Amino acid sequence: MTEPVTFQIQRYRPEVEDEPTWESFGVPCRSEWMILDALNHIKDHVDGSLSYRWACRMGVCGSCGMLVNGEPVLTCATYVTSVLPGPVRVEPLRGFPVMRDLVSDISDFVRKLESVKPWIVRKSEKSLEEGEYLQTPREMGEYEQYSMCINCMLCYSACPIYELEPDFLGPAVIALAQRYNLDSRDEGSEERMDILSRQDGIWCCTFVGECSAVCPKNVDPAGAIQRLKVTSTVHAFKSLLMPWAGR
Amino acid sequence: MRRSREPFLWAMFSGGGMLAALFLPAAILVLWVAAPLGWVDLTVYDTFAGLVRHPVARFGLFGFVSLALFHWAHRFRYTLYDGLQLYHLNDLIAALTYGTATVLCLAAGVILIIL
Amino acid sequence: MGGPVNPGYTRHHPRWHRRRIPIFWWLEKASYTKFIARELTSLAVGYTALVLMLQVWSLARGPESYDRFVSWLQLRPVVALHIVMLGLLVYHSVTWLSLAPRALVLRFARRRLPGTVVLLMHYAAWLVASAAVLWLLVAG
Repeated sequence: MTEPVTFQIQRYRPEVEDEPTWESFGVPCRSEWMILDALNHIKDHVDGSLSYRWACRMGVCGSCGMLVNGEPVLTCATYVTSVLPGPVRVEPLRGFPVMRDLVSDISDFVRKLESVKPWIVRKSEKSLEEGEYLQTPREMGEYEQYSMCINCMLCYSACPIYELEPDFLGPAVIALAQRYNLDSRDEGSEERMDILSRQDGIWCCTFVGECSAVCPKNVDPAGAIQRLKVTSTVHAFKSLLMPWAGR
Repeated sequence: MRRSREPFLWAMFSGGGMLAALFLPAAILVLWVAAPLGWVDLTVYDTFAGLVRHPVARFGLFGFVSLALFHWAHRFRYTLYDGLQLYHLNDLIAALTYGTATVLCLAAGVILIIL
Repeated sequence: MGGPVNPGYTRHHPRWHRRRIPIFWWLEKASYTKFIARELTSLAVGYTALVLMLQVWSLARGPESYDRFVSWLQLRPVVALHIVMLGLLVYHSVTWLSLAPRALVLRFARRRLPGTVVLLMHYAAWLVASAAVLWLLVAG
């Protein structure tokens, strides 16, 4: 492209300032560039102190999530041509504290993810001699969509409830809990239900639906949460009306 | 016990929303647009009263109105809570919304009994 | 660059920044505004339930009372209000039905029904329910 594209990037250097500031860069972009390429150009040739995360540069690692013109996107998967003519605003993910420049602290997400036990939970393990846990393609299809999550946290950035209510588990965590709840090899739904059915588990969600709209992997976390609401409600009615029935 | 209340509130919200979605547009079109504009005649007291006095209609109306009121209460509570960030008023808003819905439900019950 | 300038900042106690969420956060993005508009249709549902009961109450109090209510319904501003209410109720129905397939996983012969099919089933239910209401009120 002949004209340099103006990028307005949020800077935050806590050692010298209290509030984030904006800095403009004119980047001579090539027509096939992604936003990430422009950021790398700035870091390589203009200002080496610009801090941001990236890794695979092909949309599978989930590291490079940022807000571009207010929309949560993977910068390695967003063409510069799609945000022209500019100026292009780049900010860190919403909903998480900003450590520096475009780097957010995602430890809240990690902590919440661990709390829903995102692994196969068994009441009794099979011995090695009994062989593997078998699963049909149809059984895998039940949870496959939710296993596509790359933990990019674009959904957290899009969800207004997550930013408003700090204890909300959030879309990806609940989708990943569903991934294991629906796995035929798993026996941990009940344990997860304790965490999920808390006031700040799934019930904070008001089905805004933005999480599913921005998900780069079509996980549909909003759908996962609504399905869980239905399951949880049926379970609650069952235990109320038939308390004697074992689960 | 706090956490076990949400599924029931959500169930009422959900039921009320579905019933409202399926039945209200046609009902309001007839009752409050077509009838006042003269396209349909619902002014004959006996016909309409006879319709509503039927026991099935009474129970149906009570159930429908209750769920619709709780649908409003639950949804409005969350809209105020998140839309205006009134977290410190959470208990007050819950009391006002669900309380109003309960009172109106009881009033509807009374009306449908004495009808 | 020299040492830190910001007082209170040390390398081991960084100052992470959290932005202050504006009160009207839902005005900043079209999708958020649409969401709040969708949620506010609950007011239309609540109003309708309330005034429906008032109509039944006017029935309970006798023919003169019912006539007064019918006259009130015929006032121009009231008809205008109720046309707006009808619009809001239809918006509630359309948005509600569009969300229902995401929450409902229906199976037929062990295969999951696609979302469009579930949506069409909901619209069919809406049609049947509306026909029933129309028949009941107009012909009954």
